[in-house]
This record gives sequence, C-alpha cells and structure tokens, in this order.
Amino acid sequence: MTSLHPTNAQRSEGAAAAPLAIELVGINKHFGPVHANRDIHLAIKRGTVHGIVGENGAGKSTLMSILYGFYTADSGEIRVNGTPATIADSRHALALGIGMVHQHFMLVDNFSVLENVVLGAEDSAFLAPTLSKARTQLKALARDYGLEVDPDAIIENLSVGQQQRVEILKALYRGAETLILDEPTGVLTPDEADHLFRILGKLREEGKTIILITHKLREIMAITDEVSVMRQGAMVRTLTTKETSPGELAELMVGRRVLLRVEKGPANPGKVLLDVQDLVVTDDFKVPRVKGVSFQVRAGEIVGIAGVAGNGQSELLESIAGMRDQLLGTIRLNGEVLSLEGDDGAARARAAGLAHVPEDRLRMGLVTTFSEWENSILGYQHTYGSGPGLDIAKARATAEDYIKKFDIRPPNLDLKTANFSGGNQQKIVLAREMERNPDVLIVGQPTRGVDIGAIEFIHNQIIKMRDAGKAILLVSVELDEIRSLADRILVIFDGHIVGEADPATADETELGLLMTGSHASSGKETN
Amino acid sequence: MTALPRWADVVLLPLLNVVLAFLVGGLIVLAVGQNPLQAVGIMLYGAFGYGSGFGYTLYYTTDFIFAGLAVSLAYHAGLFNIGPEGQAYVAGLGVILIGLALNGTHWAIVFPLMIVCGAAFGALWAFIPGYLQAKRGSHVVITTILFNFIATSMMGFLISRVLKPAGVNSDESAPLDAMTRVPQLRTFIELFKNSPVNLTFFLAIIALVFIYWLIWRTKFGYSVRALGKNPVAANYAGISNQKMIMIVMAMSGMLAAMVAVNNVGGVQGRLILNFVNGAGFVGIAVAFMGRGHPVGVGLSALLFGILYQGGQELAFQMPGITREMIVTIQALVILFTGAMGDMLRAPLARLLTPSSSTTGAK
Repeated sequence: MTSLHPTNAQRSEGAAAAPLAIELVGINKHFGPVHANRDIHLAIKRGTVHGIVGENGAGKSTLMSILYGFYTADSGEIRVNGTPATIADSRHALALGIGMVHQHFMLVDNFSVLENVVLGAEDSAFLAPTLSKARTQLKALARDYGLEVDPDAIIENLSVGQQQRVEILKALYRGAETLILDEPTGVLTPDEADHLFRILGKLREEGKTIILITHKLREIMAITDEVSVMRQGAMVRTLTTKETSPGELAELMVGRRVLLRVEKGPANPGKVLLDVQDLVVTDDFKVPRVKGVSFQVRAGEIVGIAGVAGNGQSELLESIAGMRDQLLGTIRLNGEVLSLEGDDGAARARAAGLAHVPEDRLRMGLVTTFSEWENSILGYQHTYGSGPGLDIAKARATAEDYIKKFDIRPPNLDLKTANFSGGNQQKIVLAREMERNPDVLIVGQPTRGVDIGAIEFIHNQIIKMRDAGKAILLVSVELDEIRSLADRILVIFDGHIVGEADPATADETELGLLMTGSHASSGKETN
Repeated sequence: MTALPRWADVVLLPLLNVVLAFLVGGLIVLAVGQNPLQAVGIMLYGAFGYGSGFGYTLYYTTDFIFAGLAVSLAYHAGLFNIGPEGQAYVAGLGVILIGLALNGTHWAIVFPLMIVCGAAFGALWAFIPGYLQAKRGSHVVITTILFNFIATSMMGFLISRVLKPAGVNSDESAPLDAMTRVPQLRTFIELFKNSPVNLTFFLAIIALVFIYWLIWRTKFGYSVRALGKNPVAANYAGISNQKMIMIVMAMSGMLAAMVAVNNVGGVQGRLILNFVNGAGFVGIAVAFMGRGHPVGVGLSALLFGILYQGGQELAFQMPGITREMIVTIQALVILFTGAMGDMLRAPLARLLTPSSSTTGAK
C-alpha cells in the first residue's frame, strides 16, 4: 500500500490492493447558481484505466478541470499518491504527474511534432539541446508505447489520430504518470480509435494511470478496469467494468431505463423526393471527394449513408444542401433541379423544401454568439416579417414553441447559444429544421457529442418525420445508429457508393469490409 | 472573453479606460511642468463653456459619428474598413459637383441631393474593395488602406488641375453660393455664434438611430451579424456572403461620405485639399471605443469632439502645452480605449462576479 514505486506486476496481482494514484474527497464546485460538482468522492487506482461516464452537463469535464488545475474547487481535497495537493494551474498539475489530452487539441499547427512537444518545456534559451534531447526521448516513448509519429512532421499535415498521439506524447514528455483523456475518440475514425486503445493498453502495462472521459459505453466496456458514473453533478457509483453491463451503466447515467434500440414500424416508401444523379463534388482545395454518385430517396423512408469519416459524406451533404457547387451531375428536390448560381444555394434548397441538420453544428449550424431565439430562425430569417424589419416577437414565439416541443434546457431563449450543452444545441438545430415541415430532411451526425437521453429523443423525432411521409437522408459514422434508423443503407467509400444493404439482414462484418474498401464483391460473400 | 454585465461592458469599462488615459495624460502634463487640473479645466471650458466652442465640439462630433458608424457597420459583417478617410474624401467630389451644378439653388433642394450624390461617390469608393474581397479574396484591410492613398493622389490632381478656377492661387474648387450651402445652426440658434455646426448634425443623430434599427431590428441586420460572427453558418443559412460583403462595404462608404456633406457642403462651401483631415481614422477609434453600438459610437464621437475642440483651446491658452502634446493625449485615449480596451475586463469581471463567471459544465 505504501510502496512509492509500484511495479508493472502490481496491477495484475490485484486491483483491490493497488495504491491510489488520485483521490478526490468531497469536491464541490459552483458556477453561479449551477452546482456543477456535488460532494464528489473518487478513488483512482494506479496502473488502471478508469472510465468516467455521464450525460452532457453531468459535471465530468468540470471535475477533470479541477484535477488539472483549470478550475479551483469550492471545497474538498485532492490527494495525489496519497499526499494532499493544491493544484493551482496546469503547470502545477504536470509537476504532480497529471497530464491532460483535451478534446480539442492544443497544438501549434505550423510547428513540427518535436517543436510542439517541447513548447513550454524548453530547458534553456537555446533550442537545439532541448530538441535533440526530446528527439531521443520521443524515440524511446514511441518504442515503449507504440506512439509512432514522425518528429519532424508538421502538425497540420497529420491526421487527427496522429495529432492526438502528439498530445499524448506531450504529456508523457513532461513526465505524466496519470493521463486524463477527454472524449478522445469523438474525432477519430474507428481505425484510429482502435490504435488509441492499443496505446492506452500499453501505457497501462507500463504502470501509467489513465482517466477516460467518454459517453460511448462500448469504449468503457472495451478498455476500462473500473468505471464511475456521474449524473447531474453527483457521483452515482463506481463499478468494476467486468461486473457491469452497458444497460446498467446507461440506466445509472440517465436515472431510468433507456431503449438502446429504436422502435419503428416498416417503411412505406412513396414518390421520389430527392434524386441525385452522377454527382461529382470537390472540396475546398478542388479535390474531387464525391466521384459520380447516384441515388434516390423516397417519401417515407430513411436512407442511411454508412462510411468511415472522410470518404465524401460531408461534401455530399453540403452539395445537396446547396452549399457546395458540384462539378457534374444534378440534384432534384421535389422534381426541381437545384440551381447553382451564386453562393446562396442553401436558400434555394430550403425554398424547394429541404431542411438540413449539418454534421458540425458549432461550425455550421449555429452562430454560437447569437442568443437561442436568434438561432431558432437561422436560415428562415426572411420569413419573419413582411418588410425589411425582423419580426422579433414572432421569432421569439417560435423559439418558445421549439423549446417546449424539444425540451430544450435551460428554457431560456435569451441565453447565448454557446452556453447550452451539446445535446441541447443539437436540439435547437433539430427543432428549427424539423418544425418547418420540410419534404426532404438531410441529417449529418445527428447524435455526435449528444448524451444518451437526448439520443433517444432525436432518434424518435427522425422516425416521426419518416412516418409523416418525409424523405430522410442520414449520414453518420456511428454504424449502430445507421443500422437502427435506416430503412436502406448505402455504403460510401472513397467517393463512390460501393454497396447497398438491408439493415435488417446486413452483417456487421460485411458492412465493415465495404466501408473500408475491402471489396467483398458487393456483399455476395457470406461469412 | 470573460462575460461582464451589459451595463459594465457598455458604460463602466469605456469610462474607466478614458479615466485611465486622462490620468496618464495628466502625468505627461505634470512632467512638462504644467498644472493638469488647470489643463482639464481649460479643455472642458473650450468644449462646452461658450456657444462657439460648443458648436465646434458638435461639428467635430458629427464627423466622428459618421466615420465611427461606417467602421461599426462593416465590423458587424466581419469587415475591417480602414478606408473612411478616402471614402469621405472622394465623396467630397460628389458633393461639390452637384453643388456647383445647381449653384444658386436653395439649400433645401441641394442638401438632399448632396447627401445622395456624396453617398454615391463614397459608396463607389468602398464598393471596389468590397467587390475585390468578395470575388477575389483581396483583404479589405489592405485594399481600403491603398484606396486611401489612391484617393489622396486622385483628389489632389482633380482639385489642383481640374476643379481649380482660373485665377485662383490656392488649391480649391470654386465656392458655392451662401444660399446653396447647408445652413449652419447659428442662423437659427444664436448660441452657436460663429461655429460651423450645421444641419448635418441632425443627420448624424438620425443615422445613429437608423443604424441601430438596421443592425438589430431588420432581416438585413440579422444577416450582417450572422455573416460577421460565423460566415460558414451564414452560408448554411442561405445568405450570399459575397453579396452581403459588397452591399455592406457600399453602405459603409455612404456613411463615411456624410463627413463630406458636413465639411464641403456645410462649412467650406468649396472642395479643399485634405478636408477630411484624419476624421476617417478617428472613426476607427470611435467605433472600437463604442463597441460598434450606435449609443457607444455617439458617446465616443462626442468624447473625441471634446478632445479636438478642447485640445485646440488648450494649445491656444497654455503655451507650455504644445499641439503635439494634445495629439499625445488623444493618442492615449485611443490606446487605452482601443488597443488596450480589454485590459481592465478581467479584473472588472472578477470584481463584479465573485465566483468565476464561465457557465456551463460539460
């Protein structure tokens, strides 16, 4: 118990006897009237992966920010390796061996990997000795943990997964013994996520402690040793992962039983509302990303586009939404060809009966500095008021109505949109796009960064739209989501539709092979 | 950025910045062996103490309101218009051309036409950078700066070679008849004695109200703000970013153009070299100090009006304080309210909201 130098073996010998890396005792934190952390007790054993789950707004990030010195707790005690510690800032946290990998990376884009790693940890005024020392250390770290990254690569040329590795390297270079990872897989492709988990496994073997914040229960089950569930600022329970199930965790998180499967009746496809023919679309750098795609979506059906992120889905969605000019091909909404003149195609697409829930709500779907009611009319602003004046009373009434129908919390239409949680921001977008009664709804990543309670609600809303006879095109990187919502699945790979599948009978492995371009000759082979 | 209560953001913070600027300015005055309190006294008396001085203050304020609104409107669309100086200068051409064409006609007819004609010239001068930004991606900061230089050269040429009547020695256009000029307020109100404040002042007040309405109460203003805050979301919302950039820049140029109506139409009655005299640049400081809000712009324009008029009085009355020192004090105000305007934000936020004000735990 009192050993200061735990060996690797200790972890496997019995987690119960392992010394504690971090102990939080009675942590409280208020933000104005919000009690973000209520009397939190948490013990994290050294050399384990400890998961923390909870809905958006449950207080996970606040708790970790306190541990990392970003916030100071109103009351309570933090013990690191059994010694009470006051953590005033991140430098202090690092000195105590606590490192953090943020959800949004803190890297200098035009610096090399090596320069980023030493940034803020330079030994002297001259850079060269630090850099050569860091180069040797990076090699060692890469060897020990499988964290291979070219030290001379420039950050902006690296994939998201590699950038995340640089973040981990930064923390390890600074001597972190405990690593906090905040929603690390949110930005990763499934492949990259697997790689990350292998790295985390190696780190655990080497005796590092890992705190994993996520709301993906599958990840919790796959990698953690113990898991703590938070709800509404309080710590509900800490469980041994082996002895629990996703169902139990989900229930603890939301405080009631959640349907993980979506209940829906059979589809009744009607006439074609969205017709895409031979579409070729380029990205911002004029590189073709959609390379000749044709499909139709009928009234009363949900067509899901499955694929690994970055295979042309984003460009496809934006093109149909009128935001991106195609090189070739036509898009028909309600039989009407979407014209490409000017840069206000999105307005014409809306006028033709299309609604668009964008993949990235913060970048595209919302003006985060606007108040809630202002975002409730984004894209429909011209319908509020007959003259040049904006009918603010009508807009506010609309926002009020959406808040009630979609249970947007807090129900404050004057609150700045940036101050809503991810799930509620998504509800603002969904309410706006669904309540206008569009004929065609295109939805990108409807539940990205959204908590479980809200996921259920959002899925039911999408089904409701389908049953009301709308044509729905759904793009998601969550295969489970596509499988449970879609009536037909189209698989996209490298800008081509490489296969179609029936979600009821589709085999996960088969879909996976299609998505990764390993041609199982359009699904004829059965495993 | 830390959140402050609105009243503190709009009133308290700018006020503290100004006080700070004056404290440092006072130290400088002290350093040259003069009495800062006496200097402030003279300055305020010069700006408000007698009719003519007050009239001058309002006259400068008029210029600064228009220039400040020009910068503010563009800024709401995410555009940094550095060019009100050149836009106002070119607008002077529009004002004098219509004035000379209708010379001898009553001002009641010419004044509205001066506004329209000046606005057209100013709009054109701002539209070109707007067009280049929208269609070619040339940054308006660069192009508007360059257009200031082009305006200076072009107007210099036109005034000295084209507009200057034969037999006149100084570089200026032919004068307008008294009845054609925009009437000065002293013709109606005795108080203003021989100061140049004219009817354009009321136009400035109307512009303040109009711009408030435009930005916060119209669909157009909604689109402008969406574009300024998140161009990608604006595109998503079906707003043509390109069209908006060109329209907003043109409107910004129109606002700057009113400086020419105030000066050429209301005071000089002729087009002279460099009549804008820096008012366009002061507009940038006014817009930032006023945080782009018409109320703030109005108040900071008044402050700069006081600094201009009171400063001249001060240089005249206290020989120990030179013209350069007045400019230094004005520069301090710009420094503290513009460049370092957020310096006191964090401490103030801590003072006003005891526990940290960031909301929303994840």
